[in-house]
Amino acid sequence: MGTLRRSQQGTVDAAGAAVRQGLTGDGSRVEPIKGYIFVGFLVLSIVLGIAMLLTLVVDSIIEGAPFLRWNPLVTGVPSSIPSEAGLWVAIVGTFWVIGLMIITVVPLAVGAAIYLEEYADGDRWYNRAIELNIQNLAAVPSIVFGILGLGMIVRGGLSLGPVVYAGSLTLALLVLPTVILASREALRAVPPSHRLGAMALGSTKWQAIWRNVLPAAIPGIATGSILATARAIGETAPLLLIGATVFITFTPEGPLSEGYTTLPVQIFSWATRPQEEFRTLSAASIVVLLAVLLIINAFAIWIRNHYTKKQQA
Amino acid sequence: MPKRRTYLLSIGAAAIAATTLTVAACGGDDDDDGGSSDLSGTIVIDGSSTVAPLSEAAAELFQDENPGVRVTVGTSGTGGGFEKFCRGEIDISDASRQIKDEEIEACESNNITFEELDVANDALSVILNPSNDFATCLTTDQLNTIWKPGSDVNNWNQVDPSFPDLKLSLFGPGTDSGTFDFFTDVINGEEGAQRTDYNNIGEDDNAAVTGVAGSEGGMGYLGYSFFSENEGTIIAAEIDGGEGCVAPSPDTAQDGTYAPLGRQLFIYPSGEALQKPEVQAFVEFYINNNDEIAERASVIALNDEQKEEALAKVEALVSGEVSEDTSTS
Repeated sequence: MGTLRRSQQGTVDAAGAAVRQGLTGDGSRVEPIKGYIFVGFLVLSIVLGIAMLLTLVVDSIIEGAPFLRWNPLVTGVPSSIPSEAGLWVAIVGTFWVIGLMIITVVPLAVGAAIYLEEYADGDRWYNRAIELNIQNLAAVPSIVFGILGLGMIVRGGLSLGPVVYAGSLTLALLVLPTVILASREALRAVPPSHRLGAMALGSTKWQAIWRNVLPAAIPGIATGSILATARAIGETAPLLLIGATVFITFTPEGPLSEGYTTLPVQIFSWATRPQEEFRTLSAASIVVLLAVLLIINAFAIWIRNHYTKKQQA
Repeated sequence: MPKRRTYLLSIGAAAIAATTLTVAACGGDDDDDGGSSDLSGTIVIDGSSTVAPLSEAAAELFQDENPGVRVTVGTSGTGGGFEKFCRGEIDISDASRQIKDEEIEACESNNITFEELDVANDALSVILNPSNDFATCLTTDQLNTIWKPGSDVNNWNQVDPSFPDLKLSLFGPGTDSGTFDFFTDVINGEEGAQRTDYNNIGEDDNAAVTGVAGSEGGMGYLGYSFFSENEGTIIAAEIDGGEGCVAPSPDTAQDGTYAPLGRQLFIYPSGEALQKPEVQAFVEFYINNNDEIAERASVIALNDEQKEEALAKVEALVSGEVSEDTSTS
C-alpha cells in the first residue's frame, strides 16, 4: 500500500508539473501549441459541465414557470389540486434529514480517516481489507443502502421505525465512504512537518493531530462533506423504501417523530402522476430543490472559508 | 489555545442551530384549532401508487373537516404495502388488486385481520401510437400471443397476418406493480407470468406514454387515468374479451362491460385500526364522498350499486357487527 501511495504521489507531481508547463508555456521541452490545445481542452470541459447544468436549470424554470410562486409552492402543503400544492413539509423534512445526516456522518468519517491515515499500519491485512471495503462501498447503488436501512435501522437491529433519523442514518451510511475518502485525502495533504514540528515541541501524537493536523485539514473535509450532501439531498429510492411518504401535511417534531418526506421524494411522486399540471409542478419543485441545495452548500462553504482564513491569520 | 479546541464543536453547534431554527420557524403553522370535530390521531396509509392519488384526495378533504387527524400516504407499491400491512406497520393498505393467498397467510401469522373495500373502478388500457390504424380492436387471445412468457412475437404481422410489417415495441410496468399482477393474471392466466424482453418502465407510467408516443409500433398497458390525461398523444385499443369490442371509458368500467380488463381499486383497513374512531370516520368519509374524491384524483368513481354495497359494509364495520369475513378466500 505504501509503495502504491508513493507512486500515486509521483504521478500527481508529474501531472502537476505538466499542467504548469502546459498552462504557462515555459516548459523547455513542451511546444507552446500543445499548451494552447491543453488549455482549450480544459476550458471545453468547464463549458460542457456548466452548459449541462444551465440547460437543466433553464428547462426547469421554463417548464415550471406557472407554479413558481412563493405562496403556495414554498409555504403550502401537498394537495391533490396542483395549483394549491406546496413544498413546506418537504423542505423542512429535507433540512431535518440532511442536517441530522451531516451531524452523524462527519464525526464518524473524520474518526475513521484519522485512524486510517495516522494510526493504522497499512501493511496489516485487516487495515487493507478495511480500505478495500471503503473504496468498494463508495460504488454501491443507493437502493442497496435502502434495503440495508429497512432491514437494520427501521426494522431488525435498531428497530427505529419509519422515523426521520432512520432516513438520516441510511443516507449517512450511503455517503460515509465518500466522506472518509475525502477526509483521508485532506489529512494526507497536511505536510508531515506539521506533525513532526508539534511533536518536537513536546506534544503527544494525539495533540499534534487534534491541534495542528485536523485544523489544517478542515477545508478538505468540508469539501468532501459538501459533495456528500449534494449526493444525499437528491436521493429518492432508499428513502421511499424506508418509509418517506408522498402525502403529509405536518412537519417533523424531532429526530424520532414518524412521518416525513423530502424534496426529491415529493418531486418523484408528482412527476409520475398522469396529469400534466403535476409534471409542471414537479419542474417548479426542482428549482426549489436546487435553491435548498445552494443554501446548504453556501453554509458549508462559509464554514470552510472561515477556517481557511483563520489558519492563514 | 482553548479557542482552537472549539472549532469542531462549533460546526456541530451551527448545524444543530440551523436545524432548530428551521423547526422553530415552522412551529406556528401546524396548529390544529378551529376544527369541526374532536377526532385526533394519526392514520398511516401505504401501498399502490395507482390508488395513492385517491387516498391523498380523501385525506386532504378529510383533514379539512377534521384538522386534529393526521393522515400520511406512502407509495411502496401494492405488494410493498401489503408487506408492511401484514407486519402491523400501517393502518390502511392501498391496493390495485385483491390481496393474495400468501399475503393473507402473512397477515394471519401476525394476527392482523382486515377488511376489503372497493373505492374506485379502473379500465386497464392497452395503449398504442396514434398512427396505428389497424389494431383498433384487440382480442384477449391476441394480447396473450404478444405478452405470454417466452413469446417471440416482435412484429405486428405475427399478431395478425392482415397487420402491416411493423416492429412491435412493448412497454410494461415493473413486477412490483399491482397493474402488472392484474394484467398477467387476466391475459396470461397466471399472476406474474409474462415475457421478459419488454421495456420495463418500473413505477413511472408516464414513461410508457412517452415510449409508445415515440415509436410507431409501440404498445403498452396502464391505468385509465394515464390514457385519459394523454389522449391524442396515444390512443387506446378496444378490447374483445369474447363479447365484442369495447373501448375503455368511465361508463364501460362502471357497468362492467369493459371485460376482462376492468378492475376495482381497493383499500384494506386493518381490524385493529378500525377500532379507532378516526379510522372509522375516515373510511366512512372515503365512501360517502367517493364522487368528489374520484374526480379530484382523475379516477373512475364507484357505480351506485358498488357505493351502496361499500356503504353498507362500512356501516356494519363502524357498528361492529361484521368482522374478519375476508380472512379466507
